[in-house]
Amino acid sequence: MREITYVKAFTESLMQLMAEDDDVVVIGEDVAHYGGVFHAFDGLLTTYGEKRVIDTPISEMGFIGMGVGAAARGLRPVCDLMFFDFIGVALDQLYNQAAKLKFMFGGDVSVPLTLTTAGGAGLSAGPQHSQSLEAWLAHVPGLKVALPSSPHDVKGLMVAAVRDDNPTVVVLNKRMLGTKGPVPEEIYEIPLGHANVMRSGTDVTIIAVGRMASEAMTAASRLAEAGIEAEVIDLRTVQPLDSTTILDSVRRTNRALVVHEAVTFGGIGAEISSQIQEEAFDYLDAPVIRVGAPFSPVPFSPVLERAYIPDSNRIADGVHRLLERSGA
Amino acid sequence: MTKTPVKDDPVTDLPPEVLRDLHRRMVRIRLFEEEAGKLMEGGRMPGFLHLYVGQEAVAAGVMATLRPDDVITSTHRGHGHAVAKGADLRFMYAELFGKSTGYCKGRGGSMHINDLSIGMLGANGIVGGGIPHAVGAAYAAVYKGRDSVAVPFFGDGATNIGAFHESANLAAVMRLPVVFVCENNGYAEFTPQERHMLLKDVADRAAAYGMPSEIVDGMDAVAVYQAAGRLVERARAGEGPSFLEAKTYRYYDHQGVKGLRIPYRTQEEIDTWLERDAIAALEQRLAGADVAPADELAQVWTDTREEIAAAITYAENSPDPDPADLLENVYTV
Repeated sequence: MREITYVKAFTESLMQLMAEDDDVVVIGEDVAHYGGVFHAFDGLLTTYGEKRVIDTPISEMGFIGMGVGAAARGLRPVCDLMFFDFIGVALDQLYNQAAKLKFMFGGDVSVPLTLTTAGGAGLSAGPQHSQSLEAWLAHVPGLKVALPSSPHDVKGLMVAAVRDDNPTVVVLNKRMLGTKGPVPEEIYEIPLGHANVMRSGTDVTIIAVGRMASEAMTAASRLAEAGIEAEVIDLRTVQPLDSTTILDSVRRTNRALVVHEAVTFGGIGAEISSQIQEEAFDYLDAPVIRVGAPFSPVPFSPVLERAYIPDSNRIADGVHRLLERSGA
Repeated sequence: MTKTPVKDDPVTDLPPEVLRDLHRRMVRIRLFEEEAGKLMEGGRMPGFLHLYVGQEAVAAGVMATLRPDDVITSTHRGHGHAVAKGADLRFMYAELFGKSTGYCKGRGGSMHINDLSIGMLGANGIVGGGIPHAVGAAYAAVYKGRDSVAVPFFGDGATNIGAFHESANLAAVMRLPVVFVCENNGYAEFTPQERHMLLKDVADRAAAYGMPSEIVDGMDAVAVYQAAGRLVERARAGEGPSFLEAKTYRYYDHQGVKGLRIPYRTQEEIDTWLERDAIAALEQRLAGADVAPADELAQVWTDTREEIAAAITYAENSPDPDPADLLENVYTV
């Protein structure tokens, strides 16, 4: 299969989605004439024109709210928030409006809005351009949240998100934009709410969010050399959360580690850990371990940032602690 | 009552059916709200209540210029807009009671009445929250080749929030068919205008977005109708967004049924506005211009009271929502 980059897979998904459905429009800052600051929207303007690809003023609340209204009136807007960190200035339109409109309208409206954004650390982008805030959004009934971990997944999850009739946030990982991988040329959908078991194993389940899936795979290869077989689950979406796949796996491996780039405190790992102890306590040989970022803003210095972001070494260390604890 | 027509009064230039329509819309709002207030005061209705009484001329005047496919967004004080846009009073009261037959199936309450079938894209519990939706509705209309317009309603206080400014600039730069309607009732909750902005006229803000504006007496339904009509036609003709400031007054407190309290308002101020009551003023003019005799106007009140009594009975007798359906409509499945 041909290989393309993560960002090209994203662009291709939009090209094909806009071809299949005239109601899909793209709205955001510098998405039209400039093609997006990460070139994620390159070529859309020349293909689909200014009517469907719209440069907006720097008004995230305004244009996301405009997307909400347009979605309620029959369009299928894709609004782009340049950096995930900017969500604060627009949050009302997402969590109070988009997420609740159907509920508040007694079911008489749908909000098929997709919000695309770029999150994650590792580019020395500093404390306000590097965050992983998915747990905030996963906490809101009415929203869906996807964090694609590969070029293949970014295309399939984007297609699912745009076709979905609920407001859905797709968080691209900035550090993966140039990562290449196999991507089918035709349009395809990866259903939201279904985790991907990337590797089967019998000794421990590693549950990963977003880019941490590839770090988990690296850790699993290294652990295999030491005779430890890890099962790696890429959640793909944190809302809906595929609890079934997680629990089925943990009931077989009896050990679980959750890893995400967001700070550990109050992260999605806390929810997953809690669900495991509620639903699979009797299967556990050791307490669930969470690996995440320390409780600090993302630092700028490359040295500090490397120390901050979870990686395969910290995942492998966590697995060793799990095994020691359970006497294996 | 005097029958001498007021010289140059524009009511004499308007078709009688338009004038009767304005009157009827205002009476329906007034009585809907007065009865809602009584229900709340009597402990029969749960939740918050932000009554629209006093501001009826604005909703009636603007809505009389709109078509059913024109979209409005409303505020926490939204009953008047819904009534004037043609919402079913039974489903409105049912929602106020939290019943399964309510507009939101009991999930929203007073601040979330909506009815897409009449272009009512929702009241909103967040100040300024609905304004961007109107911009989006206008964009969707243009995109789909429809000539409908969008009208977000909001108060003077909401023009201090970012959503208003972002929406105004977006609509202007995209030349969308939006008529921004500011109901300036002089207060942001309990804070008077002179303590929440330095402008005397909120309409001055429109100039910052390159948008024309009009200021109108919000106690004069005819004046509101005429000004809104100009701006709506302008928007429908593709000439872009505009801003209408209607200066009006709220007879009750920000929330609840306690009315016209001092000291945050003075007795002198209250008396001045009450003397200019929009419904009484229009009735005087209609009678004076021989458009509608007093008994015909009185009949509107009687008929509306009956309709409202029936709507309240319907609402109170409606079933509560079933807790088994609690998770309904959180997602589209």
